[in-house]
Amino acid sequence: MTDGNAQTPSRRALLGWGGAGLALGAAAAGGAVAVARAGDEPDAGAGAGAAVAFHGAHQAGIATPVQDRLHFAAFDVTTDDRAEFVALLKEWTEAARRMTAGRPVGEGAHGGLPEAPPDDTGEALGLEPSRLTLTIGFGPSLFDRFDLAGRRPEALEELPRFAGDNLDRDRSGGDLCVQACADDPQVAVHAVRNLARIGFGRVVVRWSQLGFGKTSSTTADTQTPRNLFGFKDGTRNISGAETDRLDKHVWVGKKDGPDWLAGGSYLVARRIRMHIETWDRTSLQEQEDVFGRDKGEGAPVGRTKERDEPFLKAMKPDAHVRLAHPDANAGATLLRRGYSFTDGTDGLGRLDAGLFFLAYQRDPRTGFIRVQRNLAQDALNEYIQHVGSALFAVPPGVRDQGDWWGRTLFSQEA
Amino acid sequence: MRPARLTLLTAVATAAALAAVTGCTEKGADADGDRVIGVTATDDTCEVSTKEFPAGHVELAIENKGSKVTEVYLLFPDDRVVTERENIGPGTRQRVTAEVKAGDYRIACKPGMRGKGIRQDVKATGGKAVKRDPRLDEAVAAYRAYVQAQADETLPKAEAFAKAVQDGDVEAARKAYAPSRIGWERTEPVAESFGDIDPKVDVREDGLEDGQDPATDWTGWHRLEKALWQDGKIGDREKELAGRLITDLTDWQKRVGTADITPTSMANGAKELLDEVATGKVTGEEERYSHTDLVDFKANVEGAEKSYALLKPVARENDPALTRNLDKQFAALDALLDEYRPDTTSYEFTPYDKVGKADRKELSDAVNALAEPLSRLAAAVVK
Repeated sequence: MTDGNAQTPSRRALLGWGGAGLALGAAAAGGAVAVARAGDEPDAGAGAGAAVAFHGAHQAGIATPVQDRLHFAAFDVTTDDRAEFVALLKEWTEAARRMTAGRPVGEGAHGGLPEAPPDDTGEALGLEPSRLTLTIGFGPSLFDRFDLAGRRPEALEELPRFAGDNLDRDRSGGDLCVQACADDPQVAVHAVRNLARIGFGRVVVRWSQLGFGKTSSTTADTQTPRNLFGFKDGTRNISGAETDRLDKHVWVGKKDGPDWLAGGSYLVARRIRMHIETWDRTSLQEQEDVFGRDKGEGAPVGRTKERDEPFLKAMKPDAHVRLAHPDANAGATLLRRGYSFTDGTDGLGRLDAGLFFLAYQRDPRTGFIRVQRNLAQDALNEYIQHVGSALFAVPPGVRDQGDWWGRTLFSQEA
Repeated sequence: MRPARLTLLTAVATAAALAAVTGCTEKGADADGDRVIGVTATDDTCEVSTKEFPAGHVELAIENKGSKVTEVYLLFPDDRVVTERENIGPGTRQRVTAEVKAGDYRIACKPGMRGKGIRQDVKATGGKAVKRDPRLDEAVAAYRAYVQAQADETLPKAEAFAKAVQDGDVEAARKAYAPSRIGWERTEPVAESFGDIDPKVDVREDGLEDGQDPATDWTGWHRLEKALWQDGKIGDREKELAGRLITDLTDWQKRVGTADITPTSMANGAKELLDEVATGKVTGEEERYSHTDLVDFKANVEGAEKSYALLKPVARENDPALTRNLDKQFAALDALLDEYRPDTTSYEFTPYDKVGKADRKELSDAVNALAEPLSRLAAAVVK
C-alpha cells in the first residue's frame, strides 16, 4: 500500500473529478505540481481549492499568494540525537509533500490495520488541497544543539527588547516553526496536527496560533484586506511577482551568508494584542490620525486614493504609516503575511484578539528591528501590545523528490 | 469509567486477536462463496443463509430489511464477541469479516441496538487448524497472572485504608489512600472492563450519571478522598463507604481472573493506561483533593510497561525500530517521574499541586512521546 489512493477516494482524486483540477491531479500524481508559484502568473490556476507547488527554489508560503487561514506552530526539540532529528525533517518533508498535494499522510486515514491507529488523522479527507502551504523555519535556540553553533547566521540573534513589549514566554521563541496557510482552516489545522503527531518524542509543540482574515496580500488583489481595527493593511506590501523587490528585501543572497540559507529568508512572528474595546470608543478622527490613512478608502493623509504615494510630512509625527514607511527607515521593507486572530475572550470579557504579525525579510537587523525601533513613538502603541515574539531563519525551498527541509543546513556537503 | 467505549475496545481487540491468528493471509484467496454468510435482519428475525461453514476467513453479508437500526454480532458460545458491526440502518447492507477457528458460534442481530439480540447457532467446521505464536499465549497467561496478583496485593492495602477510615483516623487514612490504589491503577483497563465495578470504586463526582445524587450514589475511593482532604473529617457515612469499597474490591479480586485478555487487548490496554495519564493525571483532575496524581501516574506507567515487556519479544521481531523507540521513551518517562520522588523504592511522590505549569508540560510532552509509538504496539504484535 504505497499509495492509499488506490483504495479510497482521495482528496487528489476528488480534485480530479472536479474537472478544472484534472490537469493538476495528474501533475500531483507525478510528484511535480507546478501551479501558482511566485514569478508565475500569481492567480493562474490558484483558485481556492488548488494545490500550490511544494518544490521550488524558495519555500512556498512566503511570496506565494496569501491564503485565508493560518495555523502557526512553534516547536522545541527534545531529542539530542542529530540523526533522529534529521529523520524527523525527512518524515515531515514527505508528509508536507503529500498534504500540500491534497493527499493523506502515510497509508491514509482508513483501510489499514483495524487494531492500529491510522497514519492520517482523517479530518481533511474529501477536502481539496485548498492552496495549503507549509513553511519551516529554524529558531536561534536550535543552533545551541547538534553542533550547529558554527552554522548559525549572524543575523539570527534573539530579537532585542522593544519599548512596550509585554512578552509571554509561553507564546514566544521555539527551536523551529511551521507556518501552515490554507483557504480552509480544517486543512491548515490538519497539517499542523499531523506534523506534531509525527514529531512526538523528538519535538514538542511550544505554542501555536490560529489566524483568519489575512491582513496583507502578496498579490495585486482588487481589494486590500483590513485588520481588526477596520483599516486596510498591506497596501504597499511586496507582491509575489515583484522578483526584484523580493531579491532586494526578502531572499537571503549568496553573499549574505551563510551558504545554507541562500534562497531562504528570515521570519519574524509577533502576537500583537489589540485593545479592541478602547479602539472602538475612539473617535474616527483619532483613528485616522493614528494610522495616517482614512478609514474608508485607505488613502494616505492629504491624498484621495489608496495607492497614492503617501506624503509623510502631512501626517502627524506619531502616525503609524509615517513611522513604518520605508522612507522613515532607510528603505527597510518587509514582506508581511500576518493574520487576524481571536482566541475568545480574556476572562475580563474583553476580546482576546489582535494581529498575528508575520514578516519575511532578508535581514532582521535592517528589517523588522530597524522598523520596530522606529515605532517606539507610534500613536498606535496606545491601542496595541506585543505579547508574543519569535524569530526564525527560513531555509531555501525543497528542490525535488529527493530533497528535504533543512538539507542544506544538516548535510555535510552543503 | 467509560464502559461503553471499553466494551467496544474489547470487541475490537478480540476480533483483532483472531485476525492475528492467521495473519489475514487468506483474505485475497477466498473466492469460494462457502464462507460468505448472508444475514437477513428484520425487527423480529435474524435469518442466516447457512448454519455450517468451513473455518477460516468468513464474511457476513448483512442486509437490514427491518425498520430499526440494527447491529450484528458473531459471538463465541460464552458471548464473547468475535466481530460486530453497529449502526446498520434500515434498508442498508453491510459486510464484516473475521477469522474463525472450528467450533460453535452464534450470530445475533440486535434491532434497535438493544438487548441480548435474536440469535442463531452456527458452526465452523474442519478447515486449517489455526495456530498462534505460543509466545503470545505465554504473554497472555503471564499478564493474567499479573492482573490477579495486583488484585490480590491490593486487597490488604485497601483493607488497611478502610480500617483507618473506620477507626476515624484521618491522618492514617490519608497515608493509606494512595497505596491502596496502585494495583487498581496498574491494571486499570482490565479493572474497568468490569463495567459494574468501576463506577462503584473509582468514579469521580463529575462522572456520576444523569439523575444520580452525589449524596447517595457516589461511592468509592474518590468520595472518601474528598471527605479526607476537603472536609477533613470522617462520619458514619464514610465508615459505611469504606466497608462497601472492600466489598466491591473483593468482587473485583474474584472476577478479574476471568477477564477476556488477548495480545491486542494487552497492547491497546497499555496505550489506554497512557491515555488515562494524559487525560486525568497530567491535568491533576484525578486526585483533585489529595493531589496524589503522580502515584497513579507511576502505577499507570508500570502497568503499561508490564504489558509491553510481555509482548516485546514478538513486537521486536516485527518492528525493531518501534521497540527501540518504546524502550527509550519508557526509560525517559520513568527517569522524569523519578525526579518527583526522593526515594525510588517508595511511592512517596511530590504532591501534584506543587508541580508547576512548566513541569506539567514536560510530563505531558513525555507522555505524548511514549503514547504515540505505544499506539502502534498492537499492530506490531498482530503483524
